[in-house]
Parts: sequence; C-alpha cells; structure tokens
Amino acid sequence: MTKGSPLSGRDPKNSERTTINVTDGTLIPSKDEGGLLSAWNISFFGAVGLLVALPLISPNPYLRILSFVPDGLIATFSVTLSSIFFALIIGLFAGLGRVSQNKAINRLSTIYVEIIRGIPLLVQLFYIYYALGPLLRLQGPPAAILAMSICYGAYMAEIFRAGIQAIPRGQMEAALALGMSRATAMRRIIIPQTVRIILPPIGNEFIALLKDSSLVSILAVSDLLRRGREYASTSFRYFESYTVIALIYLVMTLFFSRLVAMMEEKLRHRGNVH
Amino acid sequence: METYIEIKGAVKTFNGTIQALRGVDLSVEKGEVVLIIGPSGSGKSTLLRSVNRLERLDSGSILIDGESVTDEKADIRHIREEVGMVFQSFNLFPHLNVIDNITLSPTVVLKKGKEEAVALGRKLLAKVGLSDKEIAWPEQLSGGQQQRVAIARALAMNPKVMLFDEPTSALDPEMIKEVLDVMTDLAREGMTMLVVSHEMGFARAAAHRIIFMDAGQIVEEAPPETFFTSPREERTRRFLEHIL
Repeated sequence: MTKGSPLSGRDPKNSERTTINVTDGTLIPSKDEGGLLSAWNISFFGAVGLLVALPLISPNPYLRILSFVPDGLIATFSVTLSSIFFALIIGLFAGLGRVSQNKAINRLSTIYVEIIRGIPLLVQLFYIYYALGPLLRLQGPPAAILAMSICYGAYMAEIFRAGIQAIPRGQMEAALALGMSRATAMRRIIIPQTVRIILPPIGNEFIALLKDSSLVSILAVSDLLRRGREYASTSFRYFESYTVIALIYLVMTLFFSRLVAMMEEKLRHRGNVH
Repeated sequence: METYIEIKGAVKTFNGTIQALRGVDLSVEKGEVVLIIGPSGSGKSTLLRSVNRLERLDSGSILIDGESVTDEKADIRHIREEVGMVFQSFNLFPHLNVIDNITLSPTVVLKKGKEEAVALGRKLLAKVGLSDKEIAWPEQLSGGQQQRVAIARALAMNPKVMLFDEPTSALDPEMIKEVLDVMTDLAREGMTMLVVSHEMGFARAAAHRIIFMDAGQIVEEAPPETFFTSPREERTRRFLEHIL
C-alpha cells in the first residue's frame, strides 16, 4: 500500500508548477536509469518473455494455466477499476472535508481517514464480508469493492488534501476577491489545478490497488490469484501456477508504473495540460 | 465629497500576540486615491485586506458605501463584487488563458453572457495594452504583463473601488512603469483607490493623500506635496530617509 504523499518543497517565489512526489520508489522507474538494460526493461521484457517462452517450451502445464486464468484477470480488473472509481469519489469528498472550515465536517473526515488507515486492508475485508456479513448480506465481489473503496478512499482523501493545500493561498484569495463563493472557487479554480498535480499519486494508488486486489481472493471472488490457486489445487502444480500468476501481476504493475512515470514526466515538462 | 470607505477603530491581532492593527480610523472619499506606506509589519497590508474581509477584524467596523463589511451577517460576496483587488503575486489562474481569467467571474458570479463578457474583456485588455495576449497562458507572460491582466480581471467586475496590495513589489524594475501607468490612468478616470505601495513616482503623479503607518497605527497623513517636503513626525522623516 502506498504510504503518505509528502509534497515537494514549494518555493513561493518560484512560479514553477508544484508537483507531489510520492515516496514509493519501487513503483516509479527512475528516468536516470535509461538504456536497454534498465531495471524496468529487464524485469518487464523478462517477465513477458517468460510468459511467452514457458508455454512454448512446455505447454503442459503452462499453456493450460494461461488459458485457465483469463476469467480471473477480468475479475481482478473489474474489482480494481470499480474500487478506484468509488475510492476517487469518496476521496474527493473526504479530502474536501479535511480542508473544510466547518469543524464538524473536518473532524468527521479526519476520523474516517485515521480509522481506515489504522486498520489493515485484509482485516477490513474480513470485517465487511464476515463480521458485517449478516447485516449487509453482500456477495463476494460487491463486498470486496465496498471494502477496497472505503479503504482506498481514505488514502485518496489524503492525496486530495495534499493537492488542495499545495495550491498557493493567493489562488483562493483572488477567487474570493472576485466575488466567488468558497464552493465556486473550489470547483472552478482550486480543484482543476489540484487534479493536475495529483494525477501521478493517483496512478500510484491504482497500481497499489491492483496488487492489493489479490487479497479479495479470500472473499470468494474468482480473481487472478484465486484462479491460479484453483488450478494449483486440482493439478498440484503449485510452482508453475504461482509462477505464472506472479509474472502476470508483474507485467501489469510494471506496465502501469511506466505509464504513470510517462504521465508524470509529461506534466513536469509541459507545465500546463490544457 | 462623499465618504466611500469608512474604517473605525480597526483592531487585528495574529496568533494572539502580533498586533497588526491597533485602532485605525480612515475614511476614503469617492474618487480619492489614497496611498498607504510604512515599514514592513506596520499593518498596511492587513488594513487593506480587511476592507474586502480577506482578514477579519477583532474589533472595529468598516463601511463601504454605507454597507457594513465587518458585520457577521454582511453579504460579503456582494460587497466583494464591487471591490476589486490586485495582489503582489498577481494570482492569475494558471489553468485558464488570459481572456478566461478575465471573463470567469463576470460569467460565473455576475451571470453575464459569454459574448458580453468576452467583449468587455477585450476592451479591458486594450485598456491595459495587452490586446495581443488574449489567448496567452499566464506563465507565458512577464510579471508586468501578468499584473496588468490581473488589473483587467479585477476591472471586469466593474468595481467601485480598487485595492492594490504592493502591486509592483514582485516586479523587475523595468516592468514597474507599465503597471504604474495603468494605475495612473485608472486614478485619472476617477476610480476610488486604496494602494499599499512605496512607489513615490506614483504617489506624486496620482495620489491625493499619503497615509504613513507604523506599528499598527496611522502616524501621519497628508497630501503628497506636503508629506514629502515637510513631514510633521520624526518617525515619518526617518522612514522617508530610508526609501527616498
């Protein structure tokens, strides 16, 4: 799971764009280590190569495993995408709550963030599926999406809060001085600028969520990991099954982290995305 | 002359200890250009920012055109529509181009039509000499150009008074004049202006009255000619020696 998102030092005299650096070093390929033999290239193309070569060299079991898991891949992605969608909505409102001048809303949002970030995701999944099961009566996938959205919403809230607070105070003051309400100023002036600087950290959360989605396999969700486990337990090919699963996760996360890095680079160089 | 801004007994303390304003009284008449000078920390920016309630006073009252700014129940947004403000750091909206910076508030707050707002925006850009920058982005402009756009943006709300908070302090020397020229034109047109600045050229050319503040109080006020040639107070004299 991604840790906090400390803001890079912002010099008020310097009008350059503010960026948020998230200290999740393993995810973002460094641009310094370029070249053909960069760590990213070796890992990514190595993993892709293995996923192609292994079924060719020994179709049984690798080809069978590969044809067994696509259902799981779809489940993994639908859980991840739904969760990130709801987490963004929760995060936006909780983040606004965290910077609200209304003390009750502010306190409530902060309590939400504190509680959720203090409980492991796996425990939250158990809690919603098993502990609240009789009450909520949710199937595996909706329970998984609910738990992941609530959990990641708290982390998103902190990204939104940090992003909003990274916008110079003068922006809000100028908007207020022009007769806008705080809400209008937020919507028209602050949030549009915030979105630009929080895109990379949100991309990181997406990758973290993609990986954490493997936890939902315990809630009777037939995701990628669970499909692998199913194959393994019927064929007793544990090594081969979990190797393929690990390689698929690796290819996906490396692919998306490169995408996030490119996006970050683009935002940094072009300054404005209009 | 009619009084337009009336400040009475303004007191403001920051963090419970720093006394920014210790009982300031000031009236500004319609069409008057008042320049506030004083050492840093003298409370001049705080005073200016209280006028449109970007700072809330601890006690005292401010009336603009008879309407209370300081009353808790005041319709502050309506008052702010009529009080334009220009900041030291320009504060243009970086995600909007020049014309959108200017037209946003007229369309969103005053509910003007897009075409009407753009037409007004173009007129104001011509006024500040930046007609060719209509679709430029703020970051592509020099500081002086940004500040002139900021003035046009404030004027687009058709304000009855303009507040300038050290409008040239963040500018390179060669850009100061272009901003002061726009301000001087505005003063000549009869705009009521409250200006925190140490630009003595502007003071001589356009100000009707100079206010010298120190330690949260008004020490001396006079028309520019007497203020610079024969200041009454010792503190004023010492300050003028530093800046002139």
